[in-house]
Amino acid sequence: MFDPTSIATDQPLLVADNLAKSYGRLPACRGVSFKLYPGEVLAIVGESGSGKSTLLQMLSTQLQPSAGRVSYRMRDGVLRDLAALGEAERRFLFRTDWGFVHQDPAMGLRMAVSAGANVGERLMAVGWNNYGKIRDTASTWLQRVEIGLDRIDDAPRTYSGGMRQRLQIARNLVTSPRLVFMDEPTGGLDVSVQARLLDLLRGLVTELGLAVVIVTHDLAVARLLSHRVMVMQGGRVIETGLTDQVLDDPREPYTQLLVSSILPA
Amino acid sequence: MSVMIKLSDAEKSFTMHLQNGIRLPVVRGVSFHVAAGECVVLAGPSGAGKSSILKMIFGNYRCDSGRIEILHRGATIDLATAEPRQVLELRRTTIGYVSQFLRAVPRVAALDVVAEPLVVSGVSKDEARQRAGDLLRRLNIAERLWTLPPATFSGGEQQRVNIARGFISDFPILLLDEPTASLDAGNREVVMSMIAEKKKVGVAMIAIVHDDEVRERIADRLIDVSSFAAAA
Repeated sequence: MFDPTSIATDQPLLVADNLAKSYGRLPACRGVSFKLYPGEVLAIVGESGSGKSTLLQMLSTQLQPSAGRVSYRMRDGVLRDLAALGEAERRFLFRTDWGFVHQDPAMGLRMAVSAGANVGERLMAVGWNNYGKIRDTASTWLQRVEIGLDRIDDAPRTYSGGMRQRLQIARNLVTSPRLVFMDEPTGGLDVSVQARLLDLLRGLVTELGLAVVIVTHDLAVARLLSHRVMVMQGGRVIETGLTDQVLDDPREPYTQLLVSSILPA
Repeated sequence: MSVMIKLSDAEKSFTMHLQNGIRLPVVRGVSFHVAAGECVVLAGPSGAGKSSILKMIFGNYRCDSGRIEILHRGATIDLATAEPRQVLELRRTTIGYVSQFLRAVPRVAALDVVAEPLVVSGVSKDEARQRAGDLLRRLNIAERLWTLPPATFSGGEQQRVNIARGFISDFPILLLDEPTASLDAGNREVVMSMIAEKKKVGVAMIAIVHDDEVRERIADRLIDVSSFAAAA
């Protein structure tokens, strides 16, 4: 079993060093530094406009930082500056070693091709070419995310929102990534559908020992899924620590406001 | 016996920024230790800070100053200054915490709620479920409930699920916040014998109990928390 906190042996997987992004004169994100270790789930919380999505985009090389850098430990164990990676290495990361779960599944899926092909495509991109094997693996993953095999040949546009999101997760995890970015993965879903998805994610993350950076404005999601949390406000990280510590003993005025704004069920 | 927990001059207060920044002192100068195989009961009136002290020792509440030293795999870690990763490792292998209430996860069966700490520490799912079942049976949770999520259980049933979850691991330190509060006499008896067994194998325990009879039976020492009162 993977032990995400065996401090003695492991080294950070992802390192953010003084990251900043400005749009013109408007600073969207400033001075963000942290280390993410294998198997660790980090939640970035804060309200709209706090800079959390900008940060996620920079971490996943989809947005170039104005200052600072992001490093990632490649499979050979070497920590590399992501800005200095070649195109082939970046493609490798996106195709296999990383996953990205979008809030809107339509952004992470091909809506017009079958569910099986959506999952199989990631495998073909890394060189799988045996149709039977690809279909078997895709079937296994659909079952793991609780999609009935009678729906394997249907396109996700015929799926409900919750099913689409589960399919997006299967598509991301089929290549055994070590790091998954998630942007409000339960955002547009009904509460009952959210609970099912969260429970599924929680199980998969633990079982696979995934490192995750998850952006959410929902503190309940952060509590259920993450080990650590970073609270952002106005583009800065204002408080960080163990998730239950930050939520049960918040120190900063803004964090106290966030925590006290949760409506009791 | 080796000292497992040692608090020196620990202090805690809350600053409520939303209430004009008033500062609520909780405890000050908290100093005591607990050895392996010993059960220390925190005594004092409601609001004296007993639960806060337990939460500080679990790393759930931050410690403003002082030290909270924990013996972890032969080395001492100061929880007051530990990194989040170190606190998580302590919780995975060294410190267990039985809170008053179960924080139920939707959809997860009672059996898996109880088995989870073992699975996380690397025990196989089958063995973890087996041991979880043994504990639930011992705590008189009917087998037909095991596959259901505990959210719909009665208060007493939820507490017993929570106790099973807290006692299933072989942690050298256990923190117990009112473990027998809503239990009937029979189940209280079961919990007291479980505590006695933990003591016998050298587990260091800190407990909060309001029931006089339970306190009498499990406490090796009482610590009066009102002596740490921080009220200005």
